[in-house]
Amino acid sequence: MTPATSAPEVHVPDPAKRKLAIFIVLGCTVLVAIAQYLIKLGANHLSHAGLVGTMMGIFTIPQLFAGYCLYGVFTVMFVYALRHGELSILYPLIALGYVWTTITAVVAFHEHMNPYKIVGLLVIICGVGVLGWGSGGK
Amino acid sequence: MTTPVSSMVLILVGSVIGSAGAIFLKSGAYQVNRHWTSIAFNWRLAVGIATYLVSSVLYVKGMSNGELSVLFPLVSLGYVCTLVWSRLFFQEVITKMKLAGVGLILVGIAFLSLGSR
Repeated sequence: MTPATSAPEVHVPDPAKRKLAIFIVLGCTVLVAIAQYLIKLGANHLSHAGLVGTMMGIFTIPQLFAGYCLYGVFTVMFVYALRHGELSILYPLIALGYVWTTITAVVAFHEHMNPYKIVGLLVIICGVGVLGWGSGGK
Repeated sequence: MTTPVSSMVLILVGSVIGSAGAIFLKSGAYQVNRHWTSIAFNWRLAVGIATYLVSSVLYVKGMSNGELSVLFPLVSLGYVCTLVWSRLFFQEVITKMKLAGVGLILVGIAFLSLGSR
C-alpha cells in the first residue's frame, strides 16, 4: 500500500498513521461544515459590530459559541493528524467541508442545486481523492 | 447584494493568516509527549491556535457583509499558501499529484461559487 519511501525528516513517518491522519482530517471536515454553518448563522447578528463586538459575540451568541467549540474539537484532532501526516496534503483536504456544506444547504434548507454546484462538488471530490491517493504512492 | 472590498480583504488576510497558523500547529504537534506540560507550555500550539482565532474573527467580520459566492473562493487561496509554507518550513515535496489535487479543489470551489450566485 504505502511503501516507506524516503524519510528525510527526523520525525519518523509511520505509513499506517499517515493514512490514519488523512482519514481523521476527512472525518473532521464534517465538524468544520457544522461549525461553519453555525458561525454563519451567528455572524448574521453582528453585521454592524466592530472587531471587539465580534470577539464578544463569540461568547454571547450561542450559535457562534457552539461553532467555535466544534472548531476546538477539530483543532485537537487536526494537531494529532499533523503530527503524522504532511501539511501540504492535510490542510487542503479540509476543502471537503465545502461538499458537506453544500449538501446540507440543499437537503436541509432547500437551496437550489444547479449544474454549476454539481460540477463543483464532483471536482472538489476528485481533488481530495487525488491528494489522498497521491500521498500513498509517490 | 454586492460584496464590499473590505470584506474581501478581511477574508484574504484571514485565509493567509490561517494557513500560517497550521505551520505552528504542526511544529507544535511534534513537541507533544506524555507529559501534560508538553501541551500546556507549548508556545507553538498556543501561537497556532491564537492565529486560528484571529483568522476566524476576520472571517466572521468578512462573511457578515457580502456574498458567499465571492468570498468562498478567497478562502481557498489559503490552500495555495499552505503548499508554499509546507515546502519552506517542513521540506515537504510539492508533487504533481499535490498540485493537481489543490488545482482541482480550487476549480471546484470556483464552480460552487458560480452556482451560488
